[in-house]
Amino acid sequence: MARAATTADAFNAVAEPRRRQILDLLAGGERPVNDLVQLLGLAQPQVSKHLRVLREVGAVDVRDEGRRRLYRLNGHALKPIHDWVKAYERTWTERFDLMDDVLEDLKEKEQTDGGSD
Amino acid sequence: MAAATSGTAVVSLPADDQILITREFDAPKHLVYKAYTTPELVRRWWAGRRGEVTSCEIDFRVGGKWRYVMNAAGGFEVAFNGEFREIVPNERIVSTEAYEGAPEGTDPVLNVVKFTETDGRTTLEILTHCGSQATRDAIIGSGMEGGMQEGMDIMEEIAIELR
Repeated sequence: MARAATTADAFNAVAEPRRRQILDLLAGGERPVNDLVQLLGLAQPQVSKHLRVLREVGAVDVRDEGRRRLYRLNGHALKPIHDWVKAYERTWTERFDLMDDVLEDLKEKEQTDGGSD
Repeated sequence: MAAATSGTAVVSLPADDQILITREFDAPKHLVYKAYTTPELVRRWWAGRRGEVTSCEIDFRVGGKWRYVMNAAGGFEVAFNGEFREIVPNERIVSTEAYEGAPEGTDPVLNVVKFTETDGRTTLEILTHCGSQATRDAIIGSGMEGGMQEGMDIMEEIAIELR
């Protein structure tokens, strides 16, 4: 179950609201740390701390360009997390699709009963 | 008119120990509420496509108990039970939920279900308070296991065919 644990850790890393904000910003493309500091309105050490957590789980990659450190999303690393939630979502989608059928029956019944329930 | 497809369930995670499931239905809320709380109707949807509901008991009153059992396609049974804590007809239901196969000592989760109607359509929200992040992750992970189980069942069928 090592994989599940890793997924949960990565999940934990991206579940934090500020870190999710960082991922959203990086979804638009690679950005230097200063950009993120400005856009988030946080102090640089805080942003760096969040970025470090995201790097540890592989959610973001970093590269140096001259004096700038550029961060970008690593979609590949995020896919297992996405799949993880999607599988749960699918269970409920299946249930609700069947509930649609139940509701169609109830609506029909209500109409034939003249609106009384 | 063709049967209404209202899209997929949306799962989000508002906090470390919470799961929020949202879905819109093309029906007024008293009907969605009815489909959600009437045993004969719950039997028709609760198992999704993973099996069949073999038992559905709902003692629908505050302090009353509920218990759902599903016979999963793979041949095993899964059962959940809980207790109603709060009932506001057509509006809101608060109940506990425990998976009977959970490790001993696992606390039940608390589900807050809300029905909101706009222009004859109803938004159903199920907010699960899991009590801990570990429990939340286990619940989310159960979807993965379900999916994996299905995959394994198919593989087994293929393996038998190839014998």
